[in-house]
Amino acid sequence: MSIETISLSGRKKEVSNKKMNFWESLYLVAIVKGLFITIRHLFTRKVTIKYPEQTRELSPVYRGQHMLMRDEEGRERCTACGLCALSCPAEAITMTAEERKPEEKHLYREEKYASVYEINMLRCIFCGLCEEACPKQAIYLTKSQVMVKSSGKREDFIFGKDKLVMPLDMAIKNTQTKAAN
Amino acid sequence: MDQALIIEKGIFIVAVFAITMLMAMYSTLAERKIAAWLQDRIGPNRAGKGGILQPLADGLKLFAKEEFFPNTPNKFLFVVGPAISMSMALMTSAVIPWGDRLEIFGRTVILQATDIDVALLYVFGVLSVSVYGIMIGGWASNNKFSLMSAMRASSQMISYEVAMGLSIIALLMMTGTLSLREIAAQQHGMDWNVFYQPVGFLIFLVCSFAETNRTPFDLAECEAELIGGYHTEYSSMKMGFYLFAEYASMFISSTILVVLYFGGYNYPGMDWVEANWGVNPANIIGIAVLFAKLCFFIFFYMWVRWTVPRFRYDQLMRLGWKTLIPLAIANIIITGVVILLADNA
Repeated sequence: MSIETISLSGRKKEVSNKKMNFWESLYLVAIVKGLFITIRHLFTRKVTIKYPEQTRELSPVYRGQHMLMRDEEGRERCTACGLCALSCPAEAITMTAEERKPEEKHLYREEKYASVYEINMLRCIFCGLCEEACPKQAIYLTKSQVMVKSSGKREDFIFGKDKLVMPLDMAIKNTQTKAAN
Repeated sequence: MDQALIIEKGIFIVAVFAITMLMAMYSTLAERKIAAWLQDRIGPNRAGKGGILQPLADGLKLFAKEEFFPNTPNKFLFVVGPAISMSMALMTSAVIPWGDRLEIFGRTVILQATDIDVALLYVFGVLSVSVYGIMIGGWASNNKFSLMSAMRASSQMISYEVAMGLSIIALLMMTGTLSLREIAAQQHGMDWNVFYQPVGFLIFLVCSFAETNRTPFDLAECEAELIGGYHTEYSSMKMGFYLFAEYASMFISSTILVVLYFGGYNYPGMDWVEANWGVNPANIIGIAVLFAKLCFFIFFYMWVRWTVPRFRYDQLMRLGWKTLIPLAIANIIITGVVILLADNA
């Protein structure tokens, strides 16, 4: 088997520079063939998704907005180890660690917590490496389809703890459903 | 009596203008919709129900655009260019028979603005003037791309006019008249010219693509090479006029195609309808038939546009001079021989 006859895709075509005869040079047959190809597309299903009314079906591994999780007792899980910030390829995460005071035991699970936790949504690429790196299972990328809101100010895209931490009532509901099961 | 005729013609001309404008307007929407459908998309569907108000929105947008004048010494010609394009596209409609006749208030109204006996020559005359619209616009733009495009457009239109004229000669030998009204009347019922002149029709069709500057012959506005071609420097409604003129001339040239080769307003069984239902219903159906036929050709223009890629300039010239003209001449000779034999037999 010579190299000229190998066709892995099965669609190999020899290119020829044969001179066209008179009928071919009228392009009529070729154009009629082409017209039949295009008219078939008139009746095929349209691929457009009418966006605001319809939304695209998401992939099972879709990664959306981040969330800082709470445990069953509603305490923040994050211990501000900084592994997420270290693993982040876009360098979008910054945090400030602080020691937990005795009266804050019901707020934070670990002895150290993040007093400031910020993700720059302009830099984030939603790769999910922070989620993989986290030893405390504190940060997750949710399946939320809500996109980051547009704005004219850069500051609006730096999401602090007010936007990232899981809402309390959500944590309570999670615990309740867990208890019910 | 004379006054009534003037009023009648006036109303008719205004109606024809309005219909031409409306058709051109909705051709722009049809073009975008058909382009979308042929590419498995939906197309514009936000303005109005199913995008029905899209042409109005487009027009409004063009009106709202800045009126830009390039640094050109020919400000007057710069404005004249689009005006010529537009008026020439509309002028052709004067000689087209939109139907046979209607009987309103006891008057017989002929559905044609004017029935001149050299109608076909008039059409060709107007067509050859319309090249000046592009030529003057491109020249006055004071821009090399525009000038190049104008050169291309004019040489293309002049070359294809030769083949177009020759393809018509074979038809004229058959019909023996230049009046579009008579040509239409001769194709009574299903006696359409396309069955006698298929080659002539094909040549005429290809040439009308070239004359209206539509793909595959839209070298004049070939974006990849010439930016926008002759309308590079145009903005606002002057640009709109050029774009609009293209659609108007597409409408008119489809009409001429239908009248010359596809029987115009004729349809099978029209005698029966006229005898049983009266003159007016028969002719209203005739007008509807004419519009159905020409809508098919407008669709065909768009269908071809989204199928065939643009010709290269040398291919275009070779097709025009080396293929279509010899074919048209052969067609004339064969038609002549057949007519002679038929007359002697």
